[in-house]
Amino acid sequence: MAHGPAKGISRWLFTTNHKDIGTMYLWFSFAMFLMGGVFALVIRAELFEPGLQIVQPEFFNQMTTMHGLVMVFGAVMPAFVGLANWMVPMMIGAPDMALPRMNNWSFWILPFAFAMLASTLLMEGGAPNFGWTFYAPLSTTYAPPSVTFFIFAVHIMGASSIMGSINIIATILNMRAPGMTFMKMPLFVWTWLITAYLLIAVMPVLAGVVTMMLMDIHFGTSFFDAAGGGDPVLFQHVFWFFGHPEVYIMILPAFGVVSQIIPTFARKPLFGYASMVYATSSIAFLSFIVWAHHMFTVGMPVAGELFFMYATMLIAVPTGVKVFNWVTTMFKGSMTFETPMLFSLAFVVLFTIGGFSGLMLAIAPADFQYHDTYFVVAHFHYVLVPGAIFSITAAVYYWLPKWCGRMYDETMGKTHFWLAFLGLNLTFFPMHFVGLAGMPRRIPDYALQFADFNMIASVGAFLFGAAQILFLYNVIATIKKGKPATDEVWENPEGLEWTVASPAPYHTFTTPPQVK
Amino acid sequence: MLSRVGRLSACLLGLATMVGVNSTALAEEVERWGVNMPVGVTQVSRETYGLHMDIFWWCVGIGVVVFGVMFYTMIVHRKSNGAKASNFHESTTLEIIWTVVPFLILIIMAIPATKTLLKIYDFSETDMDIVVTGYQWKWKYEYLGEEVSFFSSLSTPREQIDNLAPKGPNYLLEVDEPLIIPTGKKVRFLITANDVIHAWWVPDLAVKRDAIPGYVNESWTIVDEPGVFRGQCAELCGKDHGFMPIVVKALPQDEFDQWLQTKKAEAATLRALTEKEFTFDELYSQGEAVYNRVCAACHQVNGAGVAGVFPAIKGSAIATGQMAAHLDIIVNGSKKNPAMAAFGPQLSEVDIASVITFQRNAFGNNMGDSVQPIDVLKFKQGGQ
Amino acid sequence: MSSEGSYYVPEQSKLPIFASLGLFLTVYGAANWLNGDDSGPTIFFFGGLVFAFVLWQWFSTVITENINGLNSTQLKKSYVWGMGWFIFSEVMFFAAFFGALFYIRTMALPWLGGEGDKGVTNEILWQGFEAQWPLMVTPDMAVNGDAAQVKGPAQSMSFSSVESIWTWLPFWNTVILLTSSVTVHFAHTALKNNARKGFVGWLGLTVFLGICFLILQVEEYVEAYQHMGLTLETGAYGTTFFMLTGFHGAHVTLGTFMLLVMFLRAALKGHFHHDDCFGFEAASWYWHFVDVVWVGLFIFVYILG
Ligand code: HEA
Ligand code: HEA
Ligand code: HEC
Ligand code: CUA
Ligand SMILES: [Cu+2]
Repeated sequence: MAHGPAKGISRWLFTTNHKDIGTMYLWFSFAMFLMGGVFALVIRAELFEPGLQIVQPEFFNQMTTMHGLVMVFGAVMPAFVGLANWMVPMMIGAPDMALPRMNNWSFWILPFAFAMLASTLLMEGGAPNFGWTFYAPLSTTYAPPSVTFFIFAVHIMGASSIMGSINIIATILNMRAPGMTFMKMPLFVWTWLITAYLLIAVMPVLAGVVTMMLMDIHFGTSFFDAAGGGDPVLFQHVFWFFGHPEVYIMILPAFGVVSQIIPTFARKPLFGYASMVYATSSIAFLSFIVWAHHMFTVGMPVAGELFFMYATMLIAVPTGVKVFNWVTTMFKGSMTFETPMLFSLAFVVLFTIGGFSGLMLAIAPADFQYHDTYFVVAHFHYVLVPGAIFSITAAVYYWLPKWCGRMYDETMGKTHFWLAFLGLNLTFFPMHFVGLAGMPRRIPDYALQFADFNMIASVGAFLFGAAQILFLYNVIATIKKGKPATDEVWENPEGLEWTVASPAPYHTFTTPPQVK
Repeated sequence: MLSRVGRLSACLLGLATMVGVNSTALAEEVERWGVNMPVGVTQVSRETYGLHMDIFWWCVGIGVVVFGVMFYTMIVHRKSNGAKASNFHESTTLEIIWTVVPFLILIIMAIPATKTLLKIYDFSETDMDIVVTGYQWKWKYEYLGEEVSFFSSLSTPREQIDNLAPKGPNYLLEVDEPLIIPTGKKVRFLITANDVIHAWWVPDLAVKRDAIPGYVNESWTIVDEPGVFRGQCAELCGKDHGFMPIVVKALPQDEFDQWLQTKKAEAATLRALTEKEFTFDELYSQGEAVYNRVCAACHQVNGAGVAGVFPAIKGSAIATGQMAAHLDIIVNGSKKNPAMAAFGPQLSEVDIASVITFQRNAFGNNMGDSVQPIDVLKFKQGGQ
Repeated sequence: MSSEGSYYVPEQSKLPIFASLGLFLTVYGAANWLNGDDSGPTIFFFGGLVFAFVLWQWFSTVITENINGLNSTQLKKSYVWGMGWFIFSEVMFFAAFFGALFYIRTMALPWLGGEGDKGVTNEILWQGFEAQWPLMVTPDMAVNGDAAQVKGPAQSMSFSSVESIWTWLPFWNTVILLTSSVTVHFAHTALKNNARKGFVGWLGLTVFLGICFLILQVEEYVEAYQHMGLTLETGAYGTTFFMLTGFHGAHVTLGTFMLLVMFLRAALKGHFHHDDCFGFEAASWYWHFVDVVWVGLFIFVYILG
C-alpha cells in the first residue's frame, strides 16, 4: 500500500484515509468554534452595559441559540471525532478506521448540515430563537418557520454522529493489533469507546424528540400540547435523556486526552489505570439516570426530585477518582511544563471547579435558586471551555508535531495559554457572582446591580477570542515553517503513535505491530 | 461610564483585599458587591441559603486539599528542581479511600437537602390561593375566590431601555401593578402559563417554579415582615423574556384587606364603564396607552411591526378593513399564529374598544371610525 | 483496490460526498416543502433520487468487492459490528416513542384528570376532564365541547373482546409477522445447509409475508381515517398510535425491501454462500428486530391500549 495522498481537492473530497478525514474534522470544528465564538462575542458585546445597544432582543435570542448549538454540535463534538480519527487507529496499531468510506460520509454530512443551520439566520422570521435546549412549545407552536430547517439539520448531523460512532466502536473492537488487550488500550481509546456507546444510545433519542416536534408543528399531533393530552414537560424528559449523556460525550474524550498527556510530562505512568477505566464506565452508566436534574423546577413529584438529586450527586465519586488519579500521577514525578501540559493542568483545576459548581446545582432545593441563572452558565462554561476546549487545544499541541512533522513555537504556545487562561477566568468567573445575585440567563438586558461583573466578563471574552487568533496563527506557522520534530517528539512518551515517523506516514501499521 | 470603570477597579481592589480578611469582613464585602445568593426573607429561603453555603464550603475544602497537593507537586516535583520520577502507579487502598470519603461527604450533604426539599413540597394548610399565569410577556395574578385579578407588566419606560434616558434604580425590576400578599400567612401559588413556558421566580422568597401551559404547579411562601421583593421570569419565553419582572409586596393583614376591598370596588366600576358611551378622543387616547402597554411589544410603538415576525398595524388590511374582522382578531386571537393571542379574556371591553379605535386611526390609518365598549361586549357574547 | 496483508483499505471513493449531497437535498427539499415553498417537492424528489442512486452504487460496490475476494475476515467482522450497533441505535429511537407513550399514560393524563402531584391542574384548567386510555375525550373537548380544536377519535384500535379476536386485524398482523420471523430463520438454516432451493423459497415466503403485513397495515390506516375518526390529529391517542405504528411500518417497509433485494440477489444472481452471507444475515437481523418491536407494539398499543 505504497500510494500516498491524491493530488488537489479530490484528496479531500473523496478520501478514505483516517488522517485526512481527521484533519478535515479538526479544521471544520475550528471554523465552527470561530463562528460560535463570534456569536458569543455578539452576546458579550450586547451585555457589556445595561440597556439595548447593539442588537434587538429577537436577534439576541437567535445568537444565544446558535452559539450553543454551533459550539456543542459544530465545535466540540466534531473536534473530538477528528482526534479519534487521527489517533485511535494509530494508538491501537490499525491501518485505518474499520469502515473508511462511511467515515468520509460521516464527515461530509456536517458541512451541509451546518450550512443549512447557519442559513436560517438569513431566513424570514430569523434563525431558531428558543435556546439550544429548544423547549416546546416555544420551539413548536411559537417557533419561527426556520425551525423546520433546524429539525432536519439535527436529523442529519445525528446520522453523522451515529455513523461516526459505529465506526469508532467497530475500529476499537475489531482492529486492535495483536496483543493489544482491552486493559492495554490507551485511555483515550477507552474513553472514546465509551463515548461512542453513549452517542449511539442517545443520538437516536434526539432524533426522536425533534421528530415529535416536527409532527406537532406540521401534522397536528399533540405530544407537547395539554389540550390533546400531551405535556410540554414530556419534551424536556426526552430532550434531557439525550442532553445529559451529551454533556459527558463532550467531556469523556477530554478525560482521555488529559490521561495521555499528564503521564508524559510527569514522566511517570498513569496512576490507577484500571480504576480510570471503571470510573469512566460508571460515569457513563450514571449519565443515563440523572437527566432530570435539569428539570428540578418543572414540578416533578418529590420522589423524582430526590432520585435525580441523589443519582446526580453520585457522579462526583467516579469523577473525583479521576481527578485524584491525575494528581497522584503527577506526585513524585519529574514535571515539565510544555504547552500541552499547561493546558492539561489548567484543565484539571478549572474542570474541577466546574464540577464543584455542578455538584452545587445537584442539590435540588439550592437549584431552585440557581436554575436558569448565570450560575448555571458559569458552571457549564467551566466544564466546557477549560474542560472540552482546553483538552482539545492540549491535544492539538501534543500531537501536532506527530501530524505535520514540525514543532510548534513554545513561546507562542505559552503566550496563547496564559492569554486564554486569563481571558477565560475573567469571562466566566464573575458569572458565578451575577448568577447567585439573581441574574437570569438568556436575557439581552439586565438590572443595574449586575453591571460591573458583566463588563468584566465582556472584556475577558474579547481577550479569550484574541488568544484563539494567536492559536490559529501558531498552528499555521507550525505547519508552514516549524522546525522538524523528532519521531518521539517528547521525552519517552508512551504509545504506539510515537513509534512511527513524524510526520506520520499516510498509511501507518499496514502490517500490525506486536504489542507486548 | 467612567464612574463605572472607577467602581470596577474599586471592586477588584475590594476582592483583592478580601483575601486574608476575617470572615465577617468577608461576608460584608460579599454583601456589598452582590456576589452571593440573597439570604431572603422566609424560612425556606434561609434554609436554602444555608444549604448553598454548606455545599460551597465543602467544595472549597476539597479544593484546597486537592489543589494544595497538586500545586505542591508542581512546585517541588519538577524536573528543573532535579526531581527524579518514581514509578508507582497503583494503590488499591488509596483508591478505596478516595471513593469512600467523597461518598460520605455526599451523604452528609444529602440529609439536610432532603429535609429542606420535603419542607418545600409540603403544600398543606395554606391560607390563601393565588393563581399566577405567565403570558408573553407579563404575569396575571388571580386571587382565588375573591374575584380579583389583574395583569402585571414591566413599567420601565422604553427610553431607559434604549439608553435615551437615565436608568432608574429599579431598572427592569419594576411593574405597573405588583402582586400584593399578606404577611405571616401561608400563601399558595398555583402557577401556570397561557402560551409558552415561563418560570415565576422571586429570589428573596426562594420560590422558583416553571409556569407550564396546560398544567398547574404549586408553590408556597410565608413572608414574616412587610417589604418589596423583586424577581424575574426565569425560563426563556421568547423575545421579551428579559422584560417580564415580578414584584411582590408583602403588607400587614389589615392593609392587605383594605387593598383587596379597593381592588374589588375598582372591578365593579370597570364593569359599569362598559355601559358608558365614550367620545372618540377618549377612546383614542386611552387606546394609545393600552397599545403601548400591551401591543407595542410586538407591533412596535410606531406600528411598523417586525418584518417577517409581527405584522405592521400601519396600513394593515385588518386595521383598515371590516370592523368585525378587527374585533375578531383581538378578541379571539389569530388562528394562524398563536403569538397573536386572544385578548378577549385579557383586556376589559373598554380597553379593547379603545385600542381598536386607536389602531384604526393612528399611524396614518385614518379610518375615522370607532367602536364602543358595549359593542365589544355584544361581540364577545354574540358568539365568536 | 489496494490490499496488503490481512487489511483492506478501499481507495478513494466518490460515494460518500455524493451521498451527503443527496441526503442534504432530500431534507432541504422536505423542509421547504413543509414550509409551503413551491420548490420543495422538486428538490426533495431530486435529492431522494440522487441519494437512492448513490446508495445503490455503494451497495453494488461492496458486493462486488466481496465477490472479488477483497474483503478480509476482519472487514467482514466490522460489517457485523456495524450492523449490530446500527440496530441498537434503532432500538433507542423506538425507545423515545415508547417512553413518550408511557409518560403520557402514567403521568400526564392522570395529572390532567386530577390525580397525583399535579392534580390541581384539573381543578384550575380542565374541569370535567377524566383520565382514560384510549383517550377518546381530550382535555380540550372536556372544557370547550364543540369549540375544541383538538378532538378525540370516535373509535380506538384497542382490543375489545376475546370473541372478536378472529376478526381483529392486529391479531392477524401479529401472526403474519411472527411467522415471517420463523420463515426467515428457516431460510437461514437452509442456506447454512447449502439447500439453495429451500433458502430462496423461504426467503421469498418471508418477503411475501412482509408485503401482506404492509397491505393489512394500510388497510388498518384507511379504516382509521375513513371510518373510525382516528387520525394523527386526534389528541394523544391518535398521536402515539400513528407515530409508533407508523415508524414501525416504515421500518417494515425498509426491511421488506432489504429482504426483497436479498431474494433477488439469491434467486437471480446466485449470491450468498453458506459461510459468506452477511448481506442476507444483516437483513434478517433487521427483520427480527422489526418483529420484536411489533411485539412491543402489540402489547402496549393494542392489548393494553
Ligand atoms: C462537559 C460538560 C459538563 C460536565 C462534565 C458536567 C458535569 C456536571 N454537571 Fe453540568 N451542565 C452542563 C455541562 C456539564 N456538566 C451543561 C451544558 C449544563 C446546562 C445545560 C443548559 O441548561 O443549557 C449543565 C447543567 C447542570 C445542571 C442543571 C442546572 C440547572 O439548569 O439548574 C446540573 C444540576 O444538577 C448539573 C450538574 C452537574 C454535575 C453534578 C456534574 C458532575 O459530573 C461533576 C463532577 C465533578 C466534580 C464534583 C469535581 C471533581 C470531584 C472531586 C474532586 C471529588 C470530590 C468532590 C466532592 C465529594 C464534592 N449540570
Ligand atoms: C462547548 C461549548 C461552548 C463554548 C466553547 C462556549 C464559549 C463561549 N461562550 Fe458559551 N454557551 C454554550 C456553550 C459554549 N460556549 C452553551 C451550550 C450555551 C447555552 C445556550 C443557551 O442558553 O441556549 C452558552 C451560552 C453562553 C452565554 C449565555 C447567553 C445567554 O444566556 O443569553 C454566554 C454569555 O456570555 C456565553 C459566552 C461564551 C463565550 C464568551 C465563549 C468564549 O469561550 C468563546 C471564545 C471564542 C471566540 C471569541 C472566537 C474567536 C474568534 C474571533 C475573535 C473572530 C475571528 C473571526 C474570524 C477569523 C473569522 N455562552
Ligand atoms: C406576542 C406578540 C403580539 C402581541 C403582544 C400583539 N400581537 Fe397582534 N399580532 C401578532 C402576530 C404574530 C400577528 C399575525 C397573526 C397572523 O398572521 O394571523 C398579529 C396580528 C394582528 C393584527 C392583524 C394585522 C394584519 O393586518 O394581519 C391586528 C389588528 C393585531 N395583531 C392587533 C393587536 C392588538 C390590538 C394588540 C394588543 C392588544 C396586539 N395585536 C398584541 C402578535 C402580537
Ligand atoms: Cu416569561 Cu421568560
Ligand atoms: Cu446534566
